[in-house]
Amino acid sequence: MEQHSQPTAQDLSGLPSGWRGFVADWSSDQRAFKVSWGKAMMWIFLVSDTFVFSCFLIGYMTVRISTTVVWPKPREVFALSIGGVSVPLLLIAIMTFILISSSGTMAMAVHFAYLRDRAKAAALMLATAAFGATFVSLQAFEWTHLILGEGVRPWGSSLGAAQFGASFFMITGFHGLHVTAGVIYLLTVAYRVLKGRYEKSGNYQIVEIAGLYWHFVDLVWVFIFALFYLW
Amino acid sequence: MSAQHTHPGGHASGQQHPISLYLKVWGMLFVLSTFSYLVDYFNIQGFLRWFLIVAFMLMKAGLIIGVFMHMRWERLALMVAILLPPLCLMVLIGMMQAEARYTYSTRGQFFSNAPVADSTKAKGGGTRE
Repeated sequence: MEQHSQPTAQDLSGLPSGWRGFVADWSSDQRAFKVSWGKAMMWIFLVSDTFVFSCFLIGYMTVRISTTVVWPKPREVFALSIGGVSVPLLLIAIMTFILISSSGTMAMAVHFAYLRDRAKAAALMLATAAFGATFVSLQAFEWTHLILGEGVRPWGSSLGAAQFGASFFMITGFHGLHVTAGVIYLLTVAYRVLKGRYEKSGNYQIVEIAGLYWHFVDLVWVFIFALFYLW
Repeated sequence: MSAQHTHPGGHASGQQHPISLYLKVWGMLFVLSTFSYLVDYFNIQGFLRWFLIVAFMLMKAGLIIGVFMHMRWERLALMVAILLPPLCLMVLIGMMQAEARYTYSTRGQFFSNAPVADSTKAKGGGTRE
């Protein structure tokens, strides 16, 4: 009985090293995730958020396949004219680069937070928040253009399929809401880092956890950019 | 994910990686985004468009999750718990695709007089008479 109750090291020796750890972590009476609860909870929240965004994107796929009316071309709808020449999808490309840059500064903020370089970490987080605020501003510009300029509504549009408006406002609106929440979150953490709130414990993992959320927002945009704007 | 995986030994106080790695990934994300934008700019159509968009999308997602979110340095128990569950979305995608194609075919059958790209019909889904 006791011989079979627990896998011995020998039973697992045939497995690749990662899987050996996987079995050992789950089979014994212990914590499964060897990270802080804050980080584990952020990851689990992000998984749930993945499902929410996926449901929106799959709903968009469904209405786009099933409509018999022609779908508006994003490359024309989101074109910007530069010096009289219309460049396709330029606004969205700029927004994409802004969000990617914000992810870069965020990653470096985490790096400096663990080095306990408070000034640099906070400055990089503020830069990230500034990029995020710029992104939301451009999105507001885009919405204004679509609502007032093109007359797109959630229930119809002059450009083609009525479902275009519904999908667009739902998906980009929910994403914009996430970016806005992220900016507030980053500003809060940056302020606390700057004030030295984490100096006593010396634990700056909160920056990494905030970073996880921010990178996720960028990740979602990668999918929206590909599936909604480029498809 | 083809970043050069420089992996410093000690990260006892949390995820600690050289800044050059982040800069490299940042640059690669810029290049990949430019590529996917160029797919649209040159108006590539058909299977190639679909393939390139999805390929660039997955490469960017891999870089962000793997390096920026440090997933490639986490233990396998966490990786499996986070990355496997979203795969069941493939089932939902498959089901909704079948459903949507069926809806499209019935709309074609019953509302086939709806002219394509007619803005007046577009209101209310373009399907209701």
